[in-house]
Amino acid sequence: MDSDDEMNSVVSSEDDFMAGPDSEDSMGEGSDLDFEDDEPDIGFDTHEKDVKPAKHAYEVDFKVFGPDEIQSHQDRQIEEVSNILGQPPEASAILLRHTRWNKERLIEQYMDKRDEVLEGAGLGDDVAGSPRIAKVPGFTCDICCEEGPDMETFAMKCEHRFCVDCYKQYLCGKIKEEGEAARIKCPGDGCNRIVDSKSLDLLVTTDLKERYQELLTRTYVDDRENLKWCPAPNCIYAVECPVKKRDLSKIVPTVHCSCKHSFCFGCSLPDHQPAPCALVKKWLKKCEDDSETANWISANTKECPKCHSTIEKNGGCNHMTCRKCRHEFCWMCMGVWSEHGTSWYNCNRFEEKSGSDARDAQAKSRQSLERYLHYYNRYANHEQSAKLDKDIYLKSEKKMTQLQSSSGMSWIEVQFLDSASQALQQCRQTLKWTYAFAYYLARNNLTEIFEDNQKDLEMAVENLSEMFEKPVDQLQSLKREIMDKTTYCTKRRVILLDDTAENLKQGNWEFNVALT
Amino acid sequence: MSASKRIVKELTEVTSNPPAGTKVQLVDESDVHVWEVLLDGPEQSVYAGGHFKLLLTLPKDYPFKPPVLNFQTKIYHPNVSNDDKGSMCLGMLRSDEWKPPNKLMAVINMARNLLIEPNPDDAVETAIADQYKSNRQEFEKTARDWTKKFAGRK
Ligand SMILES: [Zn+2]
Ligand SMILES: [Zn+2]
Ligand SMILES: [Zn+2]
Ligand SMILES: [Zn+2]
Ligand SMILES: [Zn+2]
Ligand SMILES: [Zn+2]
Repeated sequence: MDSDDEMNSVVSSEDDFMAGPDSEDSMGEGSDLDFEDDEPDIGFDTHEKDVKPAKHAYEVDFKVFGPDEIQSHQDRQIEEVSNILGQPPEASAILLRHTRWNKERLIEQYMDKRDEVLEGAGLGDDVAGSPRIAKVPGFTCDICCEEGPDMETFAMKCEHRFCVDCYKQYLCGKIKEEGEAARIKCPGDGCNRIVDSKSLDLLVTTDLKERYQELLTRTYVDDRENLKWCPAPNCIYAVECPVKKRDLSKIVPTVHCSCKHSFCFGCSLPDHQPAPCALVKKWLKKCEDDSETANWISANTKECPKCHSTIEKNGGCNHMTCRKCRHEFCWMCMGVWSEHGTSWYNCNRFEEKSGSDARDAQAKSRQSLERYLHYYNRYANHEQSAKLDKDIYLKSEKKMTQLQSSSGMSWIEVQFLDSASQALQQCRQTLKWTYAFAYYLARNNLTEIFEDNQKDLEMAVENLSEMFEKPVDQLQSLKREIMDKTTYCTKRRVILLDDTAENLKQGNWEFNVALT
Repeated sequence: MSASKRIVKELTEVTSNPPAGTKVQLVDESDVHVWEVLLDGPEQSVYAGGHFKLLLTLPKDYPFKPPVLNFQTKIYHPNVSNDDKGSMCLGMLRSDEWKPPNKLMAVINMARNLLIEPNPDDAVETAIADQYKSNRQEFEKTARDWTKKFAGRK
């Protein structure tokens, strides 16, 4: 595939995995789409393969596979290669693993230099040289330093010979403790020869062979660039996505596993759209390095800017009202709240001081710290607010259940709160990463549009978040309003993500660091 | 299967024919799994004049698992962690690179060679590695200062 058409390949993959016999049951893509489209014209799935739902710029194709599908796909590949090469399936499997499941390269090399390929995978048909256990007079094992005429020894073709006990213990450690399978090297010093499964069969016990097989299945996924295990703990699914490493400066490939976990196919971290993987990595490193400077930010209490009484933040909402003097202010910038709901709201924007203000080195470094803290503040705040929103939701949910049983409302009628909470979590996740993104963004004519989108989403989120702090007995009457605000939030999120992704794809953003 | 035969053999070899500028002994005569290595800073290196105490700990499944190497004397070096552990973990000391026939003699030689020529591309202390690459003079000065301060003869 040429790198020129890489972005097209993201959308339309010619990979055979997608076109397999079970490709009609597209799993996993649903979870994110629940709130996304407020246009009702799409309706429910049409179950027609050629009708693809309209896709947003920030979405990528992906497919989720369960263990059985992974196994059967593996088997299909083996069968196919077996037919082409005329080798038994067992040998074909070894050959495929040896070439890291690169079918095309295997077939090409096999046609070119058959004996060499077989030899390299430990399948040479030279019977005299095939590995076996032997007693060798005058031999001393270089691992345990034991010797003796009755000692059984083993060596592969490389002739790195050790006693059978040591060989066994070596393999056992690799398989059991280090979880290696397809690429265990000969124990010989500096030798890169792979221990083939024929040799393994001679040396290991049945239970180890089973573990070995299990690990081989895992390597099938590990070896393929377009397959990845879902990183959620104990998750058994693997996700396929055609996005390649080299695409990662142009796209942020968020995928959604059947276990509900959304993660980045590029780096396996939790969904971090709109920030590209490289920026996320740099940002997390920076936050770790500067954790001391930034620690005070996570504090849950601040002073009212007017009367200085202590104010605690309970929910995710940034609109604070002092209990004592009723002063309304913004938790983020401590500015007057009344200025926030209007068009000159720019709490999200960092105002660079003009060059003359920051001439000397000290002032410059102070400004760069201020700049970092501006973005870190907002990043950390959304992380924290997402947690607080969730706490409040869990409390409300409990009360809603009570309300439900006393008022006779149906379960389905209180689901709007659940949708609202999920939308809020998702939007805050996105907002959080917009600040890491903005930190690395160099100003150009697009920056303002980005900041406007960010601001619009901020306001939508604050409006919805505020609803969650209302007393439970009011929630039912606010249902319509909450649903509207939920829809609006989701819409703002889609607009922001779409615009950012589109410009990333086109290479329109300028960053103040390299995207590698 | 016990590895003691192998360990005793290695110990005999190292103590009877130690690599230049080193001295090896057991910390406790009854435990062959903990070795103390006294290493003189090589003449041609910035650590010249220093005397470094290293601890080589052999895991219970040695030689199938690599030994663990710790600098007990503080040292300014990109490949030695600048903490109370002073661990060095690269090359053959990594479990995926270690092969059971590898010998402790080779480990000691590797540590000594790393004092002569650090490996900044495989560093634990990335800041020191960056300095080593971009500002060699400053690196050498600090390394010498630390050697004088922490590794002078007691
Ligand atoms: Zn042996
Ligand atoms: Zn070998
Ligand atoms: Zn999962
Ligand atoms: Zn990523
Ligand atoms: Zn107040
Ligand atoms: Zn503000």
